Amino acid sequence: MTVLPANTTRDEDSDVVVPRRRPWRWVGTVVSVLIVAAVANSFLTNPNYQWDVVATYLFDPRILDGLLTTLQLTVVSMVLASALGLLLAVMRLSRGRLPRGAAGVYIWLFRGTPVLVQLILWYNLAILVPSVSIGIPFGPTLFSAQTNTIITPWTAAILGLALNEAAYLGEIIRSGIVSVDRGQTEAANALGLSRVDTFRRIVLPQALRVTVPPASNEAIGLLKYSSVVSVIALPELLYSGQLIYARTYETIPVLLVVCIWYLVVVTLLTLLEHWLERRLGVGFRTGAGGDANPRKGRWARWWSGNH
Amino acid sequence: MVVRQPLTPTEQPLVQLRGIRKRFGSHEVLRGVDLDVDTGQVLCLVGASGSGKSTLLRCINHLERPDAGRVLVGGELVGYVERDGRLHELPESRIRAQRAGIGMVFQHFNLFPHLTVLENVVTAPMRVLGYSRSAAEATAHDLLARVGLAPKVDAYPRSLSGGQQQRVAIARGLAMRPRLMLFDEPTSALDPELVGEVLDVMRGLAADGMTMIVVTHEMGFAREVASQVAFMSEGLIVEQGPPQDLLVAPRHERTRAFLSKVL
Repeated sequence: MTVLPANTTRDEDSDVVVPRRRPWRWVGTVVSVLIVAAVANSFLTNPNYQWDVVATYLFDPRILDGLLTTLQLTVVSMVLASALGLLLAVMRLSRGRLPRGAAGVYIWLFRGTPVLVQLILWYNLAILVPSVSIGIPFGPTLFSAQTNTIITPWTAAILGLALNEAAYLGEIIRSGIVSVDRGQTEAANALGLSRVDTFRRIVLPQALRVTVPPASNEAIGLLKYSSVVSVIALPELLYSGQLIYARTYETIPVLLVVCIWYLVVVTLLTLLEHWLERRLGVGFRTGAGGDANPRKGRWARWWSGNH
Repeated sequence: MVVRQPLTPTEQPLVQLRGIRKRFGSHEVLRGVDLDVDTGQVLCLVGASGSGKSTLLRCINHLERPDAGRVLVGGELVGYVERDGRLHELPESRIRAQRAGIGMVFQHFNLFPHLTVLENVVTAPMRVLGYSRSAAEATAHDLLARVGLAPKVDAYPRSLSGGQQQRVAIARGLAMRPRLMLFDEPTSALDPELVGEVLDVMRGLAADGMTMIVVTHEMGFAREVASQVAFMSEGLIVEQGPPQDLLVAPRHERTRAFLSKVL
């Protein structure tokens, strides 16, 4: 044990703590830079990528049409699936056995079968149900149509993607709702808030906060697996590319074009996710200041090791 | 400092519990509790953990549904209506209306973390009592000033200390203009140095004549502020009386044993 004499006068600077050295961080940096350089070198110098061909197809109207179809499919399916998913989550958490069971069966069925099969079934619905009519059961018919006139590739694609996605989102939203502390509902009850107000104003905003990251994963997944609708001949982004290289054999450059566009959209979705997370995370940030800016210093924190 | 509705000129106690029973599984938590609390009284419920204090408190605003017995607040049955000599559970909307007149403060504050302090206080008055935003905010500003948190109206709960959060929770309860306030171990989750500021606010409320039922382990507070202290053990109120009697000269053996441990 070292005992310091009480009256020792020491240089004050000698008490300032020197941060621990982190040599492996520098090794990692060097390795990463080397890998990035090698990959970049291959991309830029290997003529087989045919960047000139990529450039000609990047804004090709067929590709842009396909991109638009992909975006429409993703947005419409995601919106419908979110609404239906919320309903499924609430049903699964309800006290009634019937809604709980119905939602459970729905999720079991739609999560348990391949989306590819679901799409084909929707597209060929006319084989199963030749005509659709809406009316009072055993009473007058209000609306009737041939199934084939309602089910276009587009409606079949939306039905297939949205109904399938709703099953997944339902479970994600349910887990978010369950994660909200019971004390929140109790406090709202004690104040006399109605069930609707308690859910909408107290529980749901807190549930959505934890729902955003997995739901964003789903949105990105949906964006990409929407390409399975090519089986019902709907030309979305990937299928549009396939139609092009089937004729020209410029497989790699056209697929690069497709990937570039997917990456662009995924980047935008990621930005949207960060924005949503920040909005719903208000009041939840760790550290005292509720107004601390979480974006600032993300990299600075990494470097300084204060994760 | 006016927070209370005018006193109803009734002779009967504000809160009357008769034969309250509650069982969780095979464990009978409450075994037929009777209790009266007069308007303006402060009743402190004390006893070892597991004795049923919190459950009893939660039966008063029907957060917990008693298996048997009657809860009357202001002469009105809470949670039930009597028809043909039997108790029938009320529809949820009626129970919520009854709860709105009974404030409750929880051990873990249970503030709404996604809302600012001000929104925490104004939400229920606006949604339940139909106050306009300006009226609700005016009340909220008054109440937050009373609990010493005027500068924190726009802060989020997580950025406040435990003592500050609990004071916001008290203001949130008072904003509903309750005629009864329930406190469920309001200082048990606080660091020792923050207990005083919460007890000060509660002392002020008591001095204003608010009827309060307080589950607490703070014997000092009970001695100083309570008009009645009730000691609970194994699901029953064993002994009840003014603090100077019960805390100083307990008659029951179990009360004596408990007090010897906590005083």
